Formats: sequence, structure tokens, C-alpha cells
Amino acid sequence: MLDKNGIAKRIAREVKDGYYVNLGIGIPTLVANFVRDDISVEFQSENGVLGMGPFPFEGEEDADIINAGKQTITTLPGASFFDSALSFGMIRGRHVHLTILGAMEVAENGDIANWKIPGKMVKGMGGAMDLVASAENIIVAMMHTNKAGKSKLLKRCTLPLTGVGCVKKIVTNLAVLEVTSKGFKLLERAPGVSVEEIKTATEGRLVVEGEIPEMKI
Amino acid sequence: MINKTVSDVRKALDGVADGMTFMLGGFGLCGIPENAIAELVRLGIKDITCISNNAGVDDFGLGLLLQKHQIKKMISSYVGENDEFERQMLSGELEVELTPQGTLAEKCRAAQAGFPAFYTPAGYGTEVAEGKETREFGGKMYVLEPAYKADFAFVKAWKGDEAGNLIFKGTARNFNPCMCGAAKVTVAEVEELLPAGSLDPNEIHVPGIFVQRIFQGKHYEKRIEQRTVRKKE
Repeated sequence: MLDKNGIAKRIAREVKDGYYVNLGIGIPTLVANFVRDDISVEFQSENGVLGMGPFPFEGEEDADIINAGKQTITTLPGASFFDSALSFGMIRGRHVHLTILGAMEVAENGDIANWKIPGKMVKGMGGAMDLVASAENIIVAMMHTNKAGKSKLLKRCTLPLTGVGCVKKIVTNLAVLEVTSKGFKLLERAPGVSVEEIKTATEGRLVVEGEIPEMKI
Repeated sequence: MINKTVSDVRKALDGVADGMTFMLGGFGLCGIPENAIAELVRLGIKDITCISNNAGVDDFGLGLLLQKHQIKKMISSYVGENDEFERQMLSGELEVELTPQGTLAEKCRAAQAGFPAFYTPAGYGTEVAEGKETREFGGKMYVLEPAYKADFAFVKAWKGDEAGNLIFKGTARNFNPCMCGAAKVTVAEVEELLPAGSLDPNEIHVPGIFVQRIFQGKHYEKRIEQRTVRKKE
């Protein structure tokens, strides 16, 4: 089974040379730590920066330079700043190659819910709806089950949707799965996790074809 | 040169009244019009509608207007950092319209650029699209979103000149340029107000035509919401 860093490490392998990538808050943010150094990648933050770097050194933080999580950041050579309309133009116009974000629920048809729990959590969708509606390639990073042990990979989402039919791939603590017309296709198992365990933890339809390899991270 | 300078924040906010709709720039607490917000608190005007990506924190930014119950309605994309906001929303005192962030930015830009509405894929198939016109283009579904209408836009820039030209710094740019010229009156506050001719025309982010009043702001706190740092090795 993977921890959060393990999930981020596995997703980092999906990031290819020349990609512009938008990282959501939580596990997705960790992905930046594991991208190979021999490829060129730029991270976009939807509040208006391309070419995000690591956190600043103590004492060098600048209130005017933050990421979408409102954290102080730095920029790397080649970085640029821009306004919010242009930023979402990059996203809507499909100039950003890959979006990695968290989810509360994903359905076997690619629907995603990650912004609202009626009566409990109503913080707003931020940029999530724009990102999922427009991104060419969306990978969801999440735990396979919620804190109550219930599956987050469902036949149909029960929470208010963020977007419809948009998720392509899911990396959880148990598995890598692809959304297909037949359901969640199991691509890889996390180290030490059996196909049976993944079946048990998946409420939606799971497609298992042939031998399922263990993830390499 | 058409001089847009006003002497202070009081003159800059001349004409604001109860029940008006305001656009306010900023993302989180980054790039917010601190002086205009302080003046709105001082004036004590009520029943205002605020179009702003976020609603500040409990004791700063738009949180200051919420504390005084001056806001009737908030139009935002993310309001998660403010307990008082949540309390007023759940009790029904505050009306809230949650809008996807890119849609919010574009609804401002559309108002600035003279588009009555536009189609966006964001929110299609979700509760955001309920009751809205949808249409297919090239096999993909889109939602029709109208431009905003506002009485005043309050924006904050790093440098500006007497002609109302603006330059922003870092991610403090965010929604500010999209809101310039998107309301009947745009008020820009700047950290440094310079004589016309001081800024290189090649480097202007927002031309002064979109700004009606400009003033030199005071006492910027520029509070950091999430101070994240790494140690020097």
C-alpha cells in the first residue's frame, strides 16, 4: 500500500518532458518533489504564475508571490505572471497538458465530485470546475477509500459534481486505474496489494484483464 | 494626458452608496485593495454585493466588511478561510453565489471588453449550470454565462501613473486587471503613484483608459495567509 508520497511518486512518472502541469492542493502538490530532473516541466498555478519553484528560504517570502493554495512560493528562470482571465484561458484553451487534482468521489463514467458536501462543507469550487471541464488529461490523486472505509470509486457519484465524464486516470494508495467505457480498468497494483483487495475497495465496476503488474516507483 | 489622480481614498470612493455592487481585486489576501476596503468599513454603507474571488479572513480583507454586516451578497469562487462568513451563510444572513474561478474572471473580462455573455465548459452537468442555457459546439457542451454588471471596481496595483496606467507585481495581479473598466467607475489604489511619463509604455499591464480614479494607497499590511518556507541547508 502507498502513502501520500508514494501516490505522488507514482503520478510523477506520468509527467513528461515539455509538459505544462497544473497541480491541485494536497497530494498533487507533492508531485513536484518527485519529477525527474532530466526533463523540462513547468508548473502552472491558476492564480497567475507559470514556472513555480520551491518554497522560499526563511525571511525571503514575498506576500505578492503565492500559489493557488495561498502559500508563499518562488519562481524559476523562465517564469511568468499573468492575470486570472489569461490564466484560465491557458486552461480552457487546453494549453496546459496535465491537471492533477484530488477528489472525494470518482464514478466509473469519469464524473468527479470534490467541492461540496451539502450541509457540511461549502467552501466553493475555486478553479476545479474550470480545470476538469477543460483539461486534456486529468489524473486524480486520492485514497481508495474514505475515512469511514467506504469506496471513493463509485458507480455514480453521490456528492454534487465538479465535472462530468472528465477523469482519465486515478492513482490511489492501492492501484492505478483508467476510466474506460466498461468501467475502472485496473492497470497496476500498489506494492503488496492483491487484486482481491482492490476489488473489495472498489464499488464501481472494476475491469481486470490478465495479469496485473505491481507498480514501479 | 488625462489626469486620473485623486488626492485620497475619501475622494476616490465618492459616490459609493448602500445597495451597490462592487468588484474587488485580489486572490486570497494577495493584491487586495486594502485602502478601499478600510474606507468602505469607515463609511459603513450597507447591503452591498461584492464580486471577489475570496471573502478574506475573519479579521482582514473582506472579512472586515462581513464583521460589520455590510455585505448582503458575495459572489466568489472559494470562501473557505473565513469562519464568520460560514456562520452568516449557514444562518441565511448572507447570500452567496459560488462561481467557478475561471468563469468569475471571464465574467469580469467580458464586462470590460463589451461581451454580454460567453460560453464556457466549466460547470456543465453540475449545479452551477442549473437553469442556464447550454449549447453544443463541436461535440462538447457549454454553459452560457452573462457578463457582470457593477457600480464600482476597486483594484490594487504596484505602480501607477497620473494617467491611470497600472503595473502589477507577482501574483498580486490576479483578478485586478480583469476588473479594470468592468464597472461604471474603476478606482485603482497603488503602492507608488508616479508622474505621467515615468512608466515605460511598453511595460504597462492596464492602460489608463480603464481607470477613472487613481490614488496613492497607505499603510499596506500585505498579510500572508500561508507562510511556507524551507530551511537553508
